[in-house]
Amino acid sequence: MSPAGLRGATAVVGVAESDLGDVGPGRYAIELAAQASHRALADAGLTVKDVDGLFGVVSGKLMSTVDLGEYLGIRPRYTDSTMIGGSAFVTFVHHAAAALRLGLCDVALIAYGSTPRADSGRARLGGGAGPEQPNYEAQYQPRSPISGYALAAARHMYQYGTTRTHLAEVAVAARQWARLNPRAYSRDPLTVEDVLARPMISSPFTSYDCCLVTDGGGAAVMVRADRAADLGVRPVYVLGAGEAHWHKSINQMPDLTVSAATESAARAFAMAGLTPADVDVVELYDAFTINTIMFLEDMGFCAKGEGGDFVSGGRIAPGGALPVNTNGGGLSYTHPGMYGIFTVIEAVRQLRGEAGERQVPDARVAVAHGNGGQLSSQVTAVLGTAEAL
Amino acid sequence: MTVVSEDLLTDMLRPDVVYREGLAAGELRYQRCRTCEEAVFYPRICCPHCGGTDLVFAVSAGRGTVYSTTAIRRRDLPSYAVTMVDLAEGFRILSSVHDIPAEDVAIGMAVRIAFDTDADGRPRAVFTPEAAQ
Repeated sequence: MSPAGLRGATAVVGVAESDLGDVGPGRYAIELAAQASHRALADAGLTVKDVDGLFGVVSGKLMSTVDLGEYLGIRPRYTDSTMIGGSAFVTFVHHAAAALRLGLCDVALIAYGSTPRADSGRARLGGGAGPEQPNYEAQYQPRSPISGYALAAARHMYQYGTTRTHLAEVAVAARQWARLNPRAYSRDPLTVEDVLARPMISSPFTSYDCCLVTDGGGAAVMVRADRAADLGVRPVYVLGAGEAHWHKSINQMPDLTVSAATESAARAFAMAGLTPADVDVVELYDAFTINTIMFLEDMGFCAKGEGGDFVSGGRIAPGGALPVNTNGGGLSYTHPGMYGIFTVIEAVRQLRGEAGERQVPDARVAVAHGNGGQLSSQVTAVLGTAEAL
Repeated sequence: MTVVSEDLLTDMLRPDVVYREGLAAGELRYQRCRTCEEAVFYPRICCPHCGGTDLVFAVSAGRGTVYSTTAIRRRDLPSYAVTMVDLAEGFRILSSVHDIPAEDVAIGMAVRIAFDTDADGRPRAVFTPEAAQ
C-alpha cells in the first residue's frame, strides 16, 4: 500500500499565535496554548466544541493533550502528545492528516505553549518554576497517584455499596493469576484477609490495593495484515481501538465513579463490530484495585455499580467466567510506572496460545485497556485471532 | 456576584495571579462564565463548559459538601485528609478538612471554608466541619 491516499486529502484551515514576547511572570504555558487554540479556531470559523482530534505539546506538562483537553473543555476521540522535540508540530500535521483521512477525527487542533521568560521571572520572584505549573492540588499534599484513585474508590463505595472486600477480591484474583506466571514479581499466596489486615496508606487502600513498583520494559511490533501473513508467525489482528480523555487532574474528573473508558471501549467495540460478550480474555491497567472494578463496568462487562459483586467469587480469577489480567497485572506481575504495554503483550500471548499454565482455552478475542494519569486518559484495543476476523 | 478587579482585561489573562491574591486576602475566588453562566474552577482564560472567553471572578461564600475524601498515613506525618469539596456556587476543589481526625471526614459532610498556610508558608483554602463551628 502506498501512502498516496494522504496527498491532498486534508487541509489547514486556521492558524494563530498566542501573545508573544515577554508575557510576564503571572502567565503560564498552558494559557498561551489555550489562547492560540481559541484564536486559530476562530480563524477557521470553528470553536473548541468542534474539536475531536487533539495534538500538542505544552512545556512543563507531562501529558500535554490530556491537560489541554481538560483546560479547553475538549473531549477528543483522537489524542497525540508525541514529544520528539521542536519537530513535534510538523509531525502532528502528518499524524493529523492520517487520522483525518481515516475518519478517526473530524477537526484536529494542533497546539503549543511555552513560557521560558515567565518561568525565569517566577524563579527570580521565588515562586518557583517547578513542573506542572500552575498546580491547584500540591498544597494539600495528595499522595499522587494513590490518593486520586483512593478518592474514586471512596466515592464508588459511597454511591454503590462497594466494599473493601470487593477491592480485596481484585488483588487476590490478580495474585492467583501471578502464581501461574513465572515472570510475575509477587507469587506468594494471598487471601482477602491478608489484604484487609494490611495497614491503610490512603483510605480505603492498603498497600495490597496498590500496584507494584518494579523495573521493566516492553515492546510490540506491528505490520499490515498482508505482510503479517508472510512472516511465519501467528498474527494477532487489531480489530478495533478507541481513545478518550475528559480530565487530567483528579479534581477535574466530572464523576469519580465513571471514567472515559466508557467512550474508549464503545469506540473500540464499534470498530471491531463486537461486544463485551464476545471477549474471551481482558487485560486492563490495574494500577489500583478500584481500576479493575471501574473499567469492567465502564467497558460494559457489567452494569455501573455492580463491579464489586462481578469480581467476587473468583469470577475474574483462574477458572472464572471472565479471565482478567491473566499475567497477574500491575498488582502482582509487574509495574514499572506506565503499564499499558503489558496489557498488549499478555493479550497477544493469550491469543497466540503461548500463555503456558495460565492459558485461557480457545482465546480468540482479547481486550487490552490502558489508563493514564489519575483515571485520566483511557484507551481500549480489541485484538483477535484469524478466527475472529 | 462580586467582581474582584476593575482591571478585567488584565485579570482575564492572568487568572492564577488573581486567584493567589484572593487566597492571600482570605478569599476563595472562582470564575463565572458570562456566556453560559457556569462556575469555572480552577482559574482559566477560557470556559471549559462552552468555550467562551468572557469570565469574571467572584468570591465563594465557602459553604460546601464533601464529595470524596481519603485519609493519608505516612511515616513522617500525622494522618491528614485529602478531600474534594463541592461548593454551593457550583464548583469543586481538592482541599483538606481540618479540626477532626482525617479518618472521620465523611462523604456528604457539610463543611465551611477556613484559611491557613501550607508547609512553604503560602496561603491556602481548607475546610472545617459545619458541626464544629
